[in-house]
Amino acid sequence: MLLKDTPIRHKLMRAILLTSSAVLLITCSFYFAYEFFTFRNTSIRQLSILGEIIATNSTAAMAFDSREDANEILSALKAEPHIVAAILYDKEGNPFSNYPLSAKTTTVLSKSDFEERYSFEESYLVGFQPVIQGNKRLGTLYLKSDMGAMYERIRLYGIMAVIVTIISFLVAYFLSKNLQKSISKPILALAEISQAIAKRNDYSVRATKLGEDEIGLLTDAFNQMLEQIHTQNQEIQLFNKNLELKIKERTYELEIANKELEAFSYSVSHDLRAPLRSIDGYSRILIEDYGDKIDDEGKRTLQIIVKNALKMGYLIDDLLAFSRLGKQNVTKILLDMNAIAQRVTEEMVAQNYKTSEVTIEPLLSTKGDSSMLRQVMTNLISNALKYSTKKEKPVITIGSYHENDYDIFYVKDNGAGFDMKYYDKLFGVFQRLHSPSEFEGTGVGLALVHRIITKHGGKVWAEGKVNEGATFYFSLPVF
Amino acid sequence: MTNSIHDVDVLLVEDNPDDAGLVIRELKKINLGNSLYHLSDGAEALDFIFGRGEFSERKVEDKPKVILLDLKMPKVDGLEVLRTIRDDDRTKLIPVVVMTSSREEQDIIRSYSLGVNAYVVKPVGFDNFSKAVAELGMFWILVNQSPR
Repeated sequence: MLLKDTPIRHKLMRAILLTSSAVLLITCSFYFAYEFFTFRNTSIRQLSILGEIIATNSTAAMAFDSREDANEILSALKAEPHIVAAILYDKEGNPFSNYPLSAKTTTVLSKSDFEERYSFEESYLVGFQPVIQGNKRLGTLYLKSDMGAMYERIRLYGIMAVIVTIISFLVAYFLSKNLQKSISKPILALAEISQAIAKRNDYSVRATKLGEDEIGLLTDAFNQMLEQIHTQNQEIQLFNKNLELKIKERTYELEIANKELEAFSYSVSHDLRAPLRSIDGYSRILIEDYGDKIDDEGKRTLQIIVKNALKMGYLIDDLLAFSRLGKQNVTKILLDMNAIAQRVTEEMVAQNYKTSEVTIEPLLSTKGDSSMLRQVMTNLISNALKYSTKKEKPVITIGSYHENDYDIFYVKDNGAGFDMKYYDKLFGVFQRLHSPSEFEGTGVGLALVHRIITKHGGKVWAEGKVNEGATFYFSLPVF
Repeated sequence: MTNSIHDVDVLLVEDNPDDAGLVIRELKKINLGNSLYHLSDGAEALDFIFGRGEFSERKVEDKPKVILLDLKMPKVDGLEVLRTIRDDDRTKLIPVVVMTSSREEQDIIRSYSLGVNAYVVKPVGFDNFSKAVAELGMFWILVNQSPR
C-alpha cells in the first residue's frame, strides 16, 4: 500500500517510530564510535602507564644486569591477562628478558623501535617504552596486549544498545499510539461524519469541534458548509413548494380557460349553424315557390346566397375540428401507415376525384395517434388530388424514409404546385395560396396537419413549383 | 299548422320558428302537414302531452305517433321533456326523435340513455335537411307502427 493511501493513524505512528528509531540509531552510533575511540585511547594510555611502571621498576634489574629480577618483574604482568607478551631489550636491542617465560624470542630490536611508541598492529596493541635511569638508556621494554577488553566492551555495549533499542521502540510504539490519537481522532471524526452525511443526505448533523487547532478550524469550516447546504436545501424546498402552488394555480386557471373554450365551441357548433340553415332553406324555398316570378339573374343571386351559407357551414366545421384538436391528447400506438394511406386514398378517389394515379410506396410503421394521423393523411392526399384536377395525367406518390431518429412521410403530386415565395402562408389558418374559383377549400386543412404533427413532436414542410406540383413532408419522432 | 289539438300525429317541439317553418313545409309536401302540431318550448310540450294548462282539453291517451324534439330550448329543454315522458307509464312508449344541431357525443349518449328512438342531426344544407325530414316523416308516420 502506498504511503499516501495508508490511514492517518498508521502514518502518524510510522512517522513517530521512524523518527525515534533514526534518532536512537544515530545516538547509539555516535556513542558507539565515541566509546570505541575513547576506549582505544584509554587502552593506549593504560598500556603506556603500565609500560612506564614496568620500565621504571626494571631499571634496577637492567642496571645490574639481573635477568632473574627482570623475569620476576615481567611476570608481574600476569596480573593483566590481556598482556600477551612483554620483552625487555638491553641497550643494544637484544632480548634480555621476556614474558611469558616460555615465549623466548631472539629478534633484535631495530633502531626505530628505540623511541617511545604505542600503536595498533593488526589486532594487537604494541608499545615500546625506553628504560631510562637518569639520562642513561638502559634498554627498551616491549609490550603486546590483545584487544580482548575492547571486544568485550564492544559486545557489552552492543547488547545494551539492542536492549535499549527494543525498550525504546516499545515505549515509542505505545507512546505514539496514544499521542497520535490527539491528531487522528478529530480527523477521523470529521471523516466519519462526512461519510455519514453523504450516505444519508442529512445535512442537519454537525461535526464536534475537539480543539482550537487547524483541525478545529477545518471542523468549523465544515460545519459552516453544512449549515449553508442545509439552509439552501430548505430554501430550495420552499421554492419548490411555492412553484408547485403556482403550477396548481396556473393549471386551475388553464382548466377554467379550457372549459370556457369548450363551452364556446359547443355554442358555436349549434348557434352559428342554425341561421345558416334558415338562409339556405328559405333561399331555396324562394327559388322553388317563386322561381317562375324571378328572372335568371335573381335566381343566380339566390344561388350565391345558398352557396355562401353552405361554405360558412364548412368553415365552422373545420374551425371546430381545429379548436377541438387543442384539447385532444395524443395517444401513440404503432400504426400501419400503409393501411391508413390505402384506405384514405380509396375513400378520396371514390368520392370525387377522377382518374388519378396514386402510388403508395411501402411506408414505415411508426408511432402516433391513429385518428389524428388519419386526418393528416386525409388532408394531404385530398389536397394532392384536389390540386391535380387540372392536369391531364395527375400522378400522386406517397412514400416514406428514415432519417436521424425521425420517420419522414411525403405526399407528392404534379398538380398546381405553389410559389415558394409564399411558403410562410402555407400552414396558416385560413391562409390560401389559390383563389376559391381555382380550387375550393377553407384554408384550414394544412393548419390542422401542422397542429397535429407539432403535437406529435414532429415537423411539417413542403416544396413546390408553380404548375409543376408540390411535395408535402411530415416527420414523426421515433420514440 | 293544424288547428286541432286532437288526433295529432306529429308533435313538433322546436323553439326556432325558421327551422320549424322548414320542417312543416317539408312534411306538408308529403301530405303530413295536417296532423302536425308545433310548440315552441318544453313546458308547453309537456302541458300538451299530459293534457294540462292551456291544453287541459286534451287527453293523455291521445298520444301522437311521433314527437320531433329539439334539444336546446328555453324553460324546459329537450332532455327534460324526454325524461318526463319516459318516466310516466302512460306516455313512455311514445316514439321520440331528437332533431338537433348538436353532433356532440355527450348529447347523443345522454339522449339514448334516456330512451330516445332516433337521434338526427339537422344538416346545414337545405336539400339534405328536407330529405331527412321527408324520410323521417315517411318512416314514423307511414311505415312504423306506433303503440296506441
